[in-house]
Amino acid sequence: MSHVIQDQRPATVPARRGSPLAHARMPRWAPAAIAVGSVAAGIGIGLAAGWESRVQWGMIAALLFVVATYVITTAVENSRQAKDRVATSLVWVCFVLAVVPLASLSWVTVSKGLEVLDPYFLSHSMNGVLDAETGGGVYHALLGTIEQVAIAAVIAAPIGMLTAIYLVEYGRGRLSQAVTFFVDVMTGVPSIVAGLFILATWNLMLGFGPSGFAGSMALAILMMPVVVRSTEEMLKLVPNELREASLALGVPKWKTILKVVLPTAIGGITTGVMLAIARITGETAPVLLLVFGTKLINPNPFEGAQASLPLYVYEQYAVGTDAAVARAWGAALVLIAFVMILNLVARGIARWKAPKTGR
Amino acid sequence: MATATTHTPPPPGRNETTPPKSSAPSQAGDRIFLGLSRGSGIALLVIMAAIAVFLTYRAVLAIADNEGNFLTTSEWNPAGNPPVFGIAVLAFGTIVSSVIAMVIAVPVAIGIALFISHYAPRKLATPLAYVVDLLAAVPSIIYGLWGAIFLVPYLDGLNKWLDQYMGWTYVFDKSGEGVARNMFTVGILLAIMILPIITNVTREVFLQVPRMHEEAALALGATRWETIRMSVLPFGRSGIISASMLGLGRALGETMAVAVVLSPSFIISGRLLDPGGGTFAQNIAAKFNEANEYGRDALIASGLVLFVITLLVNGAARWIIARRKEYSGANA
Repeated sequence: MSHVIQDQRPATVPARRGSPLAHARMPRWAPAAIAVGSVAAGIGIGLAAGWESRVQWGMIAALLFVVATYVITTAVENSRQAKDRVATSLVWVCFVLAVVPLASLSWVTVSKGLEVLDPYFLSHSMNGVLDAETGGGVYHALLGTIEQVAIAAVIAAPIGMLTAIYLVEYGRGRLSQAVTFFVDVMTGVPSIVAGLFILATWNLMLGFGPSGFAGSMALAILMMPVVVRSTEEMLKLVPNELREASLALGVPKWKTILKVVLPTAIGGITTGVMLAIARITGETAPVLLLVFGTKLINPNPFEGAQASLPLYVYEQYAVGTDAAVARAWGAALVLIAFVMILNLVARGIARWKAPKTGR
Repeated sequence: MATATTHTPPPPGRNETTPPKSSAPSQAGDRIFLGLSRGSGIALLVIMAAIAVFLTYRAVLAIADNEGNFLTTSEWNPAGNPPVFGIAVLAFGTIVSSVIAMVIAVPVAIGIALFISHYAPRKLATPLAYVVDLLAAVPSIIYGLWGAIFLVPYLDGLNKWLDQYMGWTYVFDKSGEGVARNMFTVGILLAIMILPIITNVTREVFLQVPRMHEEAALALGATRWETIRMSVLPFGRSGIISASMLGLGRALGETMAVAVVLSPSFIISGRLLDPGGGTFAQNIAAKFNEANEYGRDALIASGLVLFVITLLVNGAARWIIARRKEYSGANA
């Protein structure tokens, strides 16, 4: 083989010498120009055909862009480059496609929510407010959500963290394998199924009525696997040398875990717990089944129906009058702000207290 | 029913490390701590088992008195005399809406993940990854509210257009007027909701692709797309599959967004643009308030089916991830 190649080389090299090493490239502004052209064409076609939906205009523009890019690049460069450019533009299209609805969602929630959000809205319940009336507020719902989520966190966080400690520090063998697998599976349990489970046991079999606590139990089931996962990841990041050093000094294992391992990972664990709290705060389905909702302020989570923010959004939307829908948006903004603040604080803690393992 | 048996925790083996030989109090401390943490692990298993057992128990109570065939009846009337209910419509609707969501979300999510990991300028990529993380935390009821009030009117035009030009496919044939509170809209909304989750997992897999693979491809003169096709996508394939299945699990069990957007009916129809149909979770949320105790048992029976389906989907996703770990060694 090598013999053949050696023979041919002198023949091919002179032949290639004439052609330039770099072949023709498109100028850097070409994609932008094609984009502008196709958007203009898309709008033009849309206007000409009289289509109402802007979505169609966008789709046509995107389609034109991809086709034009392929054709022009094939002509100027070659088909491999053309494919590359088409892939690039498809990736950009995906990005835009995703950004549009998500940006719209954020914008609509914030702008609509701000219309009704004021101190009165945050400090009053719906007691005596008629559906079509403006006014009323989310105080009872906010109170309910905070209580339910706090109880859920008190149940789920210790169990979740201890389970993670078991998996990382003690677990070997079949029990820990089973726990690992079922924690994964539990992550995927739909929230409504968790609600149905508490409904079947707590309400239908034990005969309790709807209460904030019943909702909390369902939320705790949803929260546990998330806490286990994140705590586990964080504990795994703690360098083994720390454990070994502590054990070598004669410190018992439980004290090593409490005084060395946990303090090292505490930032990440806090983050994980807060993200889990943020996740369950927005859960509506179990609350709908178990907490039931009320217009009144009920500060006792252990007795009687309570309100809850996500449930409030759902109820007010279902009422359907203009005033009620406006209230739904206001509550949605409060809810999203609550969740986002939790998220941002959690991530702040993660960055601030990140274990210094030099990863 | 097979799942019920798999939930029994295997007997705890003698797998824990022997406690260090030291003074008695610390041994007691060790034992207590081990007991607590192992107890929590077992508690989790017990909860999972209990979910399966109690849902099955209530479901059996309901199905025993059901006059219709639980799997094939397309009617939901547990309050009737005799009670008749079945999950045919719900199963159909759940699968159809999830399939639409997956068809839209998976390619787009892969695109966004590639955008963040390979295409976007560094300055844009980091905040973008952060924003996608945050979007995964937006509560589903807010997606529902937005979908019902903004997406539905927007999609009316698209629906008309699809009916006009794609109506011959039957799937996109719209038989009457009416707003776009249909399975197609639900699918699109679900796709938007599961995008952040799929994107997150996929992006992390893409970032784990060994640099050497990509650099080797680039050094051989591959274009960026060829590099991605030859090194990134093959490496990330199982990650993409498992991410998609996680998203599928989320879509299957989504309740509020569907309940808010869909105008339900108990009809099986292949016409995606006609309002109607239903999903397991949506039906539970919609029928719960008017149901008596027997009706609730019937809803629990349908929830059990949903539970089993999501269990299978998630189990498969985890299995794919676990198998991947064994031979790749990249994230050992």
